[in-house]
Amino acid sequence: MSSRVGQGGRYVDRDQVLTFRWEGGEYTGHPGDTLASALLANGIRVVGRSFKYHRPRGVMSAGTEESGALVTLGVGPRRDPNVKATETELYDGLQAHGQNAWPSLRFDLGALNDRLSRFLQAGFYYKTFMGIPPLEWGRGTGAWMWYEKWIRRAAGMGKASRAPDPDAYEQTHRFCDVLVVGTGPAGLAAAQAAAEAGADVLVVEQDFLPGGALLSDGGETSATLRRNRLQAIEAAGATIMTRTTVFGLYDHGVAGLIERVTDHLPAPPGEQPRQRFWIVRTRRIILATGAIERHLAFGDNDRPGILTAAAGRTYLNRFGVLPGRRIAVATNNDSIYTGAMDLANAGADVVVLDGRDMADNALVSQAERCGVTVYRGKSVSRAHGGNGVSLIEVSRRRQGAWMPDGSLACDALLVSGGWSPAIALHSQRGALPVWNEPLGCFLPGETDEAIDVAGAAAGVWTTEACDRSGAAAGSRAAAAVGYAATPKETPERGGWAQPLDALYEVPSPRKHVKSFVDFQHDVTADDIRLACREGYVSVEHLKRYTTLGMATDQGKMGNVLGIALMAEQLGQPISAVGTTTFRPPYTPVSLGALTGRAVDSHFKPLRRTPMHDWHLAQGAVMTEAGLWQRPWYYPRRNESLESAYIREAALARNTVALCDVTSLGKIAVQGPDAGEFLNRVYVNALAKLSVGKARYGIMLRDDGIVMDDGTIWRLGETDYFVTTTTAHAATVLAWLEELLEVRWPALKARVTSITDQWAGCAVAGPQSRTLLSQCLKEPDRVDSERLPFMGVTEARLRGDIPCRIARISFSGELAFEAYVPSDYGPAMMDLLWQEAKTRSGGLYGLEALGTLRIEKGHLTGAELDGRVTLEDAGLGRMASGRKHAVGSALRQRPALQQDDRPRLVGIFPRDRGETFNAGALLCRENAVEGFGEGWITAVTHSPALGHWIGLGFIQGGVQHWQDKGVVAADPIRKQPVAVEIVAPTMYDPEGDRLHG
Amino acid sequence: MLRIRCPYCGERDHSEFRYGGDATIEYPALDASADAWHDAVFQRENPRGWQRETWHHVHGCRLWLIVERDTLTHEIRSVRAARPDIAATLEGES
Repeated sequence: MSSRVGQGGRYVDRDQVLTFRWEGGEYTGHPGDTLASALLANGIRVVGRSFKYHRPRGVMSAGTEESGALVTLGVGPRRDPNVKATETELYDGLQAHGQNAWPSLRFDLGALNDRLSRFLQAGFYYKTFMGIPPLEWGRGTGAWMWYEKWIRRAAGMGKASRAPDPDAYEQTHRFCDVLVVGTGPAGLAAAQAAAEAGADVLVVEQDFLPGGALLSDGGETSATLRRNRLQAIEAAGATIMTRTTVFGLYDHGVAGLIERVTDHLPAPPGEQPRQRFWIVRTRRIILATGAIERHLAFGDNDRPGILTAAAGRTYLNRFGVLPGRRIAVATNNDSIYTGAMDLANAGADVVVLDGRDMADNALVSQAERCGVTVYRGKSVSRAHGGNGVSLIEVSRRRQGAWMPDGSLACDALLVSGGWSPAIALHSQRGALPVWNEPLGCFLPGETDEAIDVAGAAAGVWTTEACDRSGAAAGSRAAAAVGYAATPKETPERGGWAQPLDALYEVPSPRKHVKSFVDFQHDVTADDIRLACREGYVSVEHLKRYTTLGMATDQGKMGNVLGIALMAEQLGQPISAVGTTTFRPPYTPVSLGALTGRAVDSHFKPLRRTPMHDWHLAQGAVMTEAGLWQRPWYYPRRNESLESAYIREAALARNTVALCDVTSLGKIAVQGPDAGEFLNRVYVNALAKLSVGKARYGIMLRDDGIVMDDGTIWRLGETDYFVTTTTAHAATVLAWLEELLEVRWPALKARVTSITDQWAGCAVAGPQSRTLLSQCLKEPDRVDSERLPFMGVTEARLRGDIPCRIARISFSGELAFEAYVPSDYGPAMMDLLWQEAKTRSGGLYGLEALGTLRIEKGHLTGAELDGRVTLEDAGLGRMASGRKHAVGSALRQRPALQQDDRPRLVGIFPRDRGETFNAGALLCRENAVEGFGEGWITAVTHSPALGHWIGLGFIQGGVQHWQDKGVVAADPIRKQPVAVEIVAPTMYDPEGDRLHG
Repeated sequence: MLRIRCPYCGERDHSEFRYGGDATIEYPALDASADAWHDAVFQRENPRGWQRETWHHVHGCRLWLIVERDTLTHEIRSVRAARPDIAATLEGES
């Protein structure tokens, strides 16, 4: 049966028809409908099942506070759970389903929970499944995790699609003088006042239509006011964003917004994103976020057909939908009377139960003249009707107690338990809400921030006063940001003729009937009282124990009611109980929107060396090294990683091989004090480093732990070229800058990152010198006399390519590192590769590089993990005893000097045919427990030694463990493997091969 | 999101910057005792209220800055280049 009234529904286009599917059936609605209004118009009352008890639930509100009509929207990869039907704009072809019910919404087996509910009160799951006698056997985290799986399955919300999200999201930025949140009467007036004074104003509305409460008004006055304000705002040059929610306010006037760009369409057209995350920097913020109507606690107050009173009015006036033909309205305040009259005028039988014992007043008389029956001192104590309210029990208040007083047949019940200003955004900024007893609500607290609150959000109840409140705030904001604006008077709070009655609960005459406080999480009034009795007397504890306010609505409907019931139970005023802490987001935000375009290959920046394409042309398989793409290995046809890297490493040992080392951090250190600066930074003796020489260097942190290692090349008197590890390049640069600017500003030296300016190639192997000399314009520049070990030269490659060469070795072979300006990178590789091929040489990737350095016991980030001292790494002799550098004082701390610290060692499998894993713990034989005695950092197959080897750390180092039983323990992946602890330099310990 | 007014680049999001640390620490000379270094490195204040601290404009001009910030409210009172000569030059310009 259609509930659409014959005419009316100012903001739906009744000339056009949209078709949509609900639970598989086909229905129609109109442009301007929400899914909720369309469902109500089609007579659908049960739209979901509740979280815990699987009770049938219907539409409860007309906005963002909705706790009943949570649906799953869309199908396939676009399936979106827990969407509020009250916020979902209807579109042609929309498909939606109810949630948490099986086999169907009207008949759900899970509703058995409702029968068992005596046992399912607050804390039930913890008390039962975390183990209490006689279930002691089921105690413990493991058992809980097993139960939890099943509990989660039974208690639940909708299910998200498991398929990848097909839609794009984006992030963008904006600035404005004044941000106005909300477009009700206060927001529109504020925006107009600020914009007309000259301010750059951004107005944000979460609904798809601007107007807020004005949209729910039946009369012509509100429609005209809205139209005029919107025109004036546009004429003044302000921007109005609809379908946009301000979900968080952050420091320094920064606001986070989500714009639902194409959520109201079946799929985003063209290149449009689905949602857009705006970061808006404001100078002033006006919150005109309105107020949310509360409900009352009474028996079975969750029956479908029970709505907030304001929602009933909205459905009639905005959408042309009558929530019922025989409507009961229960209230404790004046706000429902206009709506009651609207509904009566639209043809409904309306009975008002006003809980207040009040004298005659104009509002009541006016309602009665419209045919509304008004009972005073009465309220609803229980609702009946499983799939829709059909009858309510009425109680009358006598000397403060509620006595049964008959019943009333109805097909809709509208409830108003007062209004809660929407102060979540304001409170996010740390301003504690203040309870206002006469108005019966929390009001925004004091703040020093540039935030103003106007209209109902500030406790101003009438449309006319909200309008003035907004205009005053708009003028204040414009003046605050430097525009001439006439100050306007701020109206008084409140505005009802008759004061609100502090009514929160009407007890049901029958016991064991549930009165819900938080509908989404099925928290009842009894749960609140139980929690208080069990000692959860802080509001934060109450929240966590009962889950009050922890659902997707974050307590918009139920929190104040819960707090009031708790205060009553404790015998304290509500102001003493207070609220829980408000945190962003105000409404749920999809992770996709926060991520924006930073997905897949855009998740992080990509760095490629200038030789990237060159490597691909040689058949390289690339891998990630931090942000860099580096050649991993160069497989010959069908060659596996393992056989490729073993072959490549052997080439470097036996003939010659090339490796792209561009990703090493490179820093130019220049200036008269450059030498002094580096001498303070590195622990090595650098004072005597002469021009044309390089040195291996280690820098420590202030606390004496190794920060990074690299090489220092002295190119000229005041000109140094420093390399860092790939992983620490950015950290080291920032550290050097900090030292020069913050700690030693008098030093005349500058550091410049030149990582991207120079392309590098390591040439390693017995034939490296001859190969390199063939590529040089002057071949004798790399002769051993002219370029001894650790010598540096600036030469030219054939083709007149400028080149810096140092004879340094990470592989342990006779080796060189050659750097050319980046654009020459591929040309250098062509030259070197041509010569390498004629010598049966090759290329080696990151995997073989690892093999070579592990064989030599050289360090990388896997070893230098921020816990390692020079001595731990076996590099104690590198530190100059004659000077002081950063970290040299604290590295002498006794605990860092103890011999039993984990020291770098090499690791062989006892059975040379065996292997072990990086990350395995080194344990005493037969004592695989705890943290073991050490750990393995790197593992490779060594072509030089012919078996698997590893590097790692073990307490006391090689001296302590020689000939003792040690195993590599990796219980998750494999059996312990017996290992032998050896010196870390496992290949060519004397270093003879460095000299060719 | 804090907004930091870099003396070289202007007002920017704090995501462009990296927090350094307490700017009031006087680091001992490199040849000072381990005790002196221990105090400088490990004995730190954690004030509630105003603090002078260093920030690095990593994704901007790369200047190291001295920022006066209220740790409770995040209010920022002043931002200067850490190097006195750079600070003097930048302040001379404005």
